[in-house]
Amino acid sequence: MTFQITIDGRPVPVTPGQTIGAALHAAGVRSWRTTRFGGRPRGLFCGIGVCFDCLVTVNGRPPERACLLEARPGDEVTTS
Amino acid sequence: MTYDLMTYDLVVIGGGAAGVAGALSAAQRGLRVALIDSGARLGGQYFRHPAVPPHPATSGLDRFVRQTRALSERAELLLGHQVWSVSREPGGDLTVHCVTTPGDGSGERPVEVRGRRLLLATGAHDRPLPFPGWDLPGVLTAGGAQALLKGNGVVAGQRVVVAGTGPFLLPVAAGLAAAGARVLGVHEANGGLGLARHPVLALAKAGEAASYALSLARHRVPYRPRTAVLAAHGGDRLEAVTVARLDRDWNVLSTRRVACDTLATGYGFTPQTDLGVQLGCDTRRDADGSPVLAVDDRQRTGVPGVWAAGEPTGVGGWRLAELEGRLAGLAAADDAGLAAAGESAAREAGAALPEVLVRRRDRMRAFARALLEAYPVKDGWQGWLRDDTLVCRCEEVPLSRLREAQDLGATDARSIKLLARPGMGWCQGRICGYPVACLAGEEPAPPRRPVVQPITLAALAEDLSAEPPTGGPS
Ligand SMILES: Cc1cc2nc3c(=O)[nH]c(=O)nc-3n(C[C@H](O)[C@H](O)[C@H](O)COP(=O)(O)OP(=O)(O)OC[C@H]3O[C@@H](n4cnc5c(N)ncnc54)[C@H](O)[C@@H]3O)c2cc1C
Ligand code: FES
Repeated sequence: MTFQITIDGRPVPVTPGQTIGAALHAAGVRSWRTTRFGGRPRGLFCGIGVCFDCLVTVNGRPPERACLLEARPGDEVTTS
Repeated sequence: MTYDLMTYDLVVIGGGAAGVAGALSAAQRGLRVALIDSGARLGGQYFRHPAVPPHPATSGLDRFVRQTRALSERAELLLGHQVWSVSREPGGDLTVHCVTTPGDGSGERPVEVRGRRLLLATGAHDRPLPFPGWDLPGVLTAGGAQALLKGNGVVAGQRVVVAGTGPFLLPVAAGLAAAGARVLGVHEANGGLGLARHPVLALAKAGEAASYALSLARHRVPYRPRTAVLAAHGGDRLEAVTVARLDRDWNVLSTRRVACDTLATGYGFTPQTDLGVQLGCDTRRDADGSPVLAVDDRQRTGVPGVWAAGEPTGVGGWRLAELEGRLAGLAAADDAGLAAAGESAAREAGAALPEVLVRRRDRMRAFARALLEAYPVKDGWQGWLRDDTLVCRCEEVPLSRLREAQDLGATDARSIKLLARPGMGWCQGRICGYPVACLAGEEPAPPRRPVVQPITLAALAEDLSAEPPTGGPS
């Protein structure tokens, strides 16, 4: 009983109730943005909404914390 | 919107062990209670569980889930609501300002909740220390790895190293190993004998520690006292760590490299006190120097009508958090009863709380204090940093920029922050506040954040232009 989201068009499986961050991490995707100055890759760090490392663009909306945001079927994640 | 235009007898912020126990005991005494949490489900950090079973093996979880059912029948639950500030109305009531994002795509919207009393039960977050490569993807906080597992059923990695200090490393490593990860080692920077050496600890915690030790032994996970992860290596993700043997002050004796895909690291916890500080609550130093909200025997802060329970009053784990929450809920209910009876003098003193609960709480507090003393953060970690090691991950401030600011005359953490900008980014210093204070040779200051959660300007404008809330039936 899983559904799919995509990251840059590639499918990622999700177990209902998982966050975007957890689903990406489980699929082996460890980063989905780069930093402003150093261009360093960033993914999950604190896992509970405190550090803001995991900011993610979903369905073109302003960046949100991937570790808090529950995935919905068909969500489109784009990386920068 | 102002929730229901209703003034609650008690508004609880935080739906972990402390908040749920507090809300339930007050509601059972007849108070009208609202509980607010940013998460989608109650549970907080310890009782975190996925939307769909199977639930993680968590001692006490069944009872907690029963409590949440009882609570949902007796109190208003506002989940998915992030509190960004609390203000005092002229009449003395408190207004809790939140934002929530409904699932209909309409965007973030403000919500206000009014109460006569407030219980702060906002928990704590991990306290990682910086080291070269700590911002590589694959490096997680210990709690972050735990949250992935408990909340999402996701095992953080295949070859995992666990490092830091404190008893929390044990359940994290045991959980990962039981879920199928190969845990290459638990690196405890302190002696690790702390548990046995301290008489209080030897008595109280032996059982729990022993069961984790057994589980680690079963999965052949080595537990290595006086070792630490000094550096993380990799291109765009973690590939290896440098593990060091340490002396008692955490200076490096020797190093070796360990190939891994994941590191879970944490050096204790930072209590979330910002809403209390915003309201003007007094703080005190906990045994590890952390600023925590000062409370009296009845869990009252120095600000009238404001109680606090759980980690914001000092890190002590979920059992103590639950007990403090229960006592705070009872004390708030007494306060409401005495207020209704017009007994202002009795209200000041407060009615007696159940002696057994008070004694148990005090014992658990002594135990928590002893644990903090057994697992201190030693200054030696500052020697693990290189000039280009990021201290602040958000603003990407390396150690060299901090040192430059110090050379320019910024001697305290506040001036360093103004000059070099650590702590000025998205996380508002939650992650780098502690290390920056240590590097400046200070104890961390109570966090001053006028807005404790980021909110959109649109939601803020809507909140400011809202009609002044009219008191509901009360
Ligand atoms: C990531 C993490 C994982 C942990 N895992 C374990 C574990 O597995 N085992 C263990 O023994 N201990 C664990 N701990 C330690 C934990 O702090 C305590 O065991 C216990 O959860 C404390 O209970 P509490 O009620 O004080 O706080 P918490 O359980 O932290 O609950 C606080 C709640 O307040 C909410 N909150 C905070 N600020 C706001 C706000 N501004 N607006 C809305 N809601 C807010 C949070 O969403 C949270 O649900 C963990 C800690 C962390 C940080
Ligand atoms: S991982 Fe820290 S905010 Fe999401």
